[in-house]
Amino acid sequence: MRYAMAIDTKKCVGCSDCVIACQTENNVPIGYCRDWIVEVTDGTYPQLEMEIRSERCNHCDNSPCVRCCPTGASHIVEGGIVLVTPNECIGCGACIASCPYDARYPHPDGHVDKCTFCVHRVEKGQQPACVGVCPTNCLYFGDLDDPKSEVSEILKTRKYKTLIPQAGTEPQLYFLI
Amino acid sequence: MREEIITSGRMNPKIDPYLNIWHWEIPIYLFLGGLAAGILFFAAFYTINGKEKDFPTAIEKTPLIVPFLLVIGLISLFLDLHHKLYFWRLYTTIRLESPMSWGAWVLMIVTPLSFIWAAIHLKKVFPSFKWPFPWLDIIEEFFIKYKKVIAWAMIISSLILGMYTGILLSAFNARPLWNTSILGPLFLVSGLSTGAAMNILFAKTHLEKKTFSTIDLALIGVELFLIVHLFMGLLASTQVQIDAASLFLGGSYTAAFWVLVVLMGMVIPAILEILELWKFKIPLFVPALLVIFGGILLRFIITFAGQTSRWLY
Repeated sequence: MRYAMAIDTKKCVGCSDCVIACQTENNVPIGYCRDWIVEVTDGTYPQLEMEIRSERCNHCDNSPCVRCCPTGASHIVEGGIVLVTPNECIGCGACIASCPYDARYPHPDGHVDKCTFCVHRVEKGQQPACVGVCPTNCLYFGDLDDPKSEVSEILKTRKYKTLIPQAGTEPQLYFLI
Repeated sequence: MREEIITSGRMNPKIDPYLNIWHWEIPIYLFLGGLAAGILFFAAFYTINGKEKDFPTAIEKTPLIVPFLLVIGLISLFLDLHHKLYFWRLYTTIRLESPMSWGAWVLMIVTPLSFIWAAIHLKKVFPSFKWPFPWLDIIEEFFIKYKKVIAWAMIISSLILGMYTGILLSAFNARPLWNTSILGPLFLVSGLSTGAAMNILFAKTHLEKKTFSTIDLALIGVELFLIVHLFMGLLASTQVQIDAASLFLGGSYTAAFWVLVVLMGMVIPAILEILELWKFKIPLFVPALLVIFGGILLRFIITFAGQTSRWLY
């Protein structure tokens, strides 16, 4: 099993509903976020192109955060989801410094926090909160090892990219372009 | 003109707009760890070579400050943790992939060694010193008998400690400035150089002063060589590494790095030490203090600049 997410940058309007849904679902402390919107404007005026991305932890296959964690608090569970166990985390910040996507942050309680792909919902067969609320249905979540899953199907038909693949982390967020 | 504008909705404290997770605690620890490694290395080196008579400062006197250095370093490491009450988790596991994990274990070996080393030399430095309990004398005799073994353990663990202070940073591929294997040897050599400088400060005899001044001069030469290679490597690499190097080549850290670290912390002390070798009368505490000052700033600047270097996507 290999969970992954596909984000349709052509459908995303940057409404931040995914951000609010995540903060509500996961009780994210005020002023922090586990997922966020990035808008990239590129080109020479007036020929401009805009890309809107809903970003979060890439749940990398080759995750530097898990490698550098001195206590094993950062770990990978079934399906490739990268998680942090709060009472094993000493808050040293090594994983935060190791993430090229800056997807982690120090929780005010002391431990490090990040996107969990809503593992508590996924275990029950539900979708992550961000996927469920997206008004344009631009987020797809599922098992890459299952060729019939929604995310496998969409990646067969669409062009996509990952973020900084040259960092060697084998990220598992696929941005449809 | 073609332009790319990236707007992010993320504003997490200590993460955005640039990483700001490590403050003064980490560079202070990296400096003290390197300095302790340097002092212990010379103490062990001259003991193994049977030069106890010629180098009493390096073997007996200077190592007395190492337990203090390491304890202050460990306290600053502890202060850096955000989840402080769970620090003991470091010692319930060994994770070889994580430099921080094996660094924590190396400290667990070096710190007691430094205490033992200081304890067995207390009587030589302070002749009137007496242990309050007789059984402490028995333990002391035991360790004095195995002094060479302790010296061997110390020389190996101090080299690992000195190297580790650089590897801790260079293991992070996400921060292009740190992600160079030169950082390990650079911090090791800088640690040895500050250790030699500390010996110059405490030395009483001309032989010790001159020896450590010469050693320091050679180490500064190696440091300058490594710094040149650091920039050659970064500039010959990908765009993110070139951007990282430009922090020091016109960017916001240029003056601090080249004036305070390279000029005042390496070039000027090297010139003073050369003049001393040419029989000019130079008060040697001046280059020694400059080297220590440069060592501290090197850690601060690399730690802070590294956090602002990143991949853009």
